Amino acid sequence: MASMDKVTMDLFNDPKSSKVLATTGADGFPNAVPVQSLTAIDENTLAFTVVAVTKTKYNLMENGRVSAVAYQMPPKGCQVKGTFTGFISSGEIFNRMAAMIEKILKVKVYEVGLIEVKEIFPLQVAKAPDGPSPKAVTISDIEVKPLYTPADIADLHYGQDLGYPGNYPYTRGVYPQMYRKQPWTQRLVSGFGTSEESNERLKYLTAHGETGLNVVFDLPTHYGLDSDNEFAEGEVGKEGVPIDSILDMETLFQDIDLGNVSTSLITNYLTVFSYYVAVAQNRKIPIEKLAGTTQNDACTCFAGAKVSVVPIRPSMKLSLDIVEFATRNMPRWNPVSLVGYHYREKGCNAIQEIALTLCTGIAYLNAGMERGMNIDLFAPRLSFFFGAHNDFFEEIAKFRAARRLWAKIARERFGARDSRSWRMRFHTQTAGCSLTARQPMNNIIRTTIQALAAVLGGTQSLHTNSYDEALALPTEESVEIALRTQQVIAHESGVTNTIDPIAGSYYVEHLTNTLEKLSMEIIEKVDKMGGMIEAIEKGWVENEISDASYRYGRSIEKRERVIVGVNRYERPKEEITMKLLKIDPALEKKQLRRLEKARGMQNAGAVTAALNKVRAAARKDENVIPAVIEAAKEYATIGQIFDVFREVYGTVKWR
Amino acid sequence: MGEKRTLRVLIAKAGLDGHDRGALYISRALKDAGMEVIYTGIHYTPKMVVEAAIQEDVDVIGVSILSGAHMTIFEKIFRFLKKEGANDIHVIAGGTIPPEDIAELKRMGVRDVFLPGTDTSDVVKCIKGIVQ
Repeated sequence: MASMDKVTMDLFNDPKSSKVLATTGADGFPNAVPVQSLTAIDENTLAFTVVAVTKTKYNLMENGRVSAVAYQMPPKGCQVKGTFTGFISSGEIFNRMAAMIEKILKVKVYEVGLIEVKEIFPLQVAKAPDGPSPKAVTISDIEVKPLYTPADIADLHYGQDLGYPGNYPYTRGVYPQMYRKQPWTQRLVSGFGTSEESNERLKYLTAHGETGLNVVFDLPTHYGLDSDNEFAEGEVGKEGVPIDSILDMETLFQDIDLGNVSTSLITNYLTVFSYYVAVAQNRKIPIEKLAGTTQNDACTCFAGAKVSVVPIRPSMKLSLDIVEFATRNMPRWNPVSLVGYHYREKGCNAIQEIALTLCTGIAYLNAGMERGMNIDLFAPRLSFFFGAHNDFFEEIAKFRAARRLWAKIARERFGARDSRSWRMRFHTQTAGCSLTARQPMNNIIRTTIQALAAVLGGTQSLHTNSYDEALALPTEESVEIALRTQQVIAHESGVTNTIDPIAGSYYVEHLTNTLEKLSMEIIEKVDKMGGMIEAIEKGWVENEISDASYRYGRSIEKRERVIVGVNRYERPKEEITMKLLKIDPALEKKQLRRLEKARGMQNAGAVTAALNKVRAAARKDENVIPAVIEAAKEYATIGQIFDVFREVYGTVKWR
Repeated sequence: MGEKRTLRVLIAKAGLDGHDRGALYISRALKDAGMEVIYTGIHYTPKMVVEAAIQEDVDVIGVSILSGAHMTIFEKIFRFLKKEGANDIHVIAGGTIPPEDIAELKRMGVRDVFLPGTDTSDVVKCIKGIVQ
């Protein structure tokens, strides 16, 4: 005889449990039937009623050995083996059982069977294997269980927490049809050499099926320095295309119909944007037809990419100028892309990436409203930009959590009324920091997994990195593979056939909830500090990222995390022999000649007058864009325009 | 005599490059390995890098560059080191540097070049090796 513990008795006595009784008769055939009445009377006895279960009844008469199981979903339960001791039809136990069954089943009970418990076997389906099981964590150090079940998302409410695609809180995607209607925009970053080489690259990509342009500028352009500035030497055309004046912008978009493309300008300030608008106006294209995005996130430029020229507060002011200008004049332009990518590339984890990006979003909503703009006029045009790192499911959950959290913030915290203000539309770039210099071809596989995560996370546009980018800017061949990666996902893998196919996964939904909760904790912390701008000014943001970066790097060096080809499966004495893009040093000279040409076209009086207007607008805290566009048309160089900002606002003192 | 001097290293970001993840990381790892590390922060000119190295009396300068401007910047750093008579300061490099440029950098005088994914213990070994 064995005694049942409380857990076992509770399982048999819980009306939510399913119960089965198995018997075997003289014929040797096992017979298992649901017997919902199985009840633990005491530690040693199970009782049950038999209502028209004749085979069971015969078996019990012929062979008293039985097995009874009580279980619940998610898998938990127990099996009891015992001996049938007979039927009773009177007494306290009979009365109690009969009353219970008559109440539930509305049938008359004539007899109650009793089973003496012999052996007990708990069912251990959901339990982790015993002994030292290696702990599993995501890249962001969230502990992962060996198995997820409905119990992990028991509180998930479909309507409230997921909703249909295109509906609040947009967990399943911002549009009702998602990729069934239109695939994501394939946008590969381009820009190197001079505007002539970059124009060739843009035309090459569009000829190969790219659907949106994505232009990055070189460092002197970011820092508002003319290409002949002493700081610019050796940097011209290296990390992007140099723009010294409107002439370069004109060449960059030569033979490209600005009224008919979507262009993303990866730029930190309004000057490059103003050159772009000026080129369109010179071509007589109405600016309301211009579609695209300016990155223009003053927070990430300061604490992430470190490409700010003037301090954070005036940088925010200049950034808001684009928001205001585009809101008024350019309905198809996304004036700011709130960037999590740079923080992630600097080494933060997925939780911090969500939190810092949304804190930036909060700072922009506040700043826009402080300018007196109606939130529902500018919030719908804010877009976002995330990375896609190696941890496949965590990244998918990250996109979903960020979307849900932003919807709640915009609606509940800021009271936005227009549903478009609640929608987080975002661009994704696969993680540059995950690319390895060793065995670089493996980067194609990493990029594929990351891109797939972005697609399953519902991205609106995507840049896939090329395999050679841990070594140099990509070649035309490596860029083509990166573009083909997206095309294979879009057209061959079948993942676009249905909307948000991952929804309902116990693991991903649970992880989505966890990421949302953990990032909300950081957002609250930043709120307490006074907001994102204050957190950046205190150096808190950079310190947090740097700590996370160190932890992650050490875990790789200690081989707690595997990076294939780097800390496992290394090739001894690997030599990298692939062909890499070489930027001809002569291109820098060529750019200097282009700069001289622009200067030669200036009318000294006109350009000075235009720059004075920029200065006056900045001093009066007016929107400077109209004046900058005018200066651009007078061939003012980027250095001349930024000199005005540096004079009015001062420069950044980097740590 | 007897007591070994703590190794002093200047980690520098030269040029306009703002990618400081690697520089911050290696600074911390070298500190953990018992070295004294001075980190310049971003936007140092080659001249400023050399001046800081001399002023801080370092054994090694580690320059991190991911902008593609490495050729110009190292050429200038060696020119200033020579001008200041500070040829005894060793220079190492890290970042996004095409392998085919490594030979040329080494010819200029760069003792070693570390690409993304380098184990920091290799950098520690390298520094100890070249200084002793």
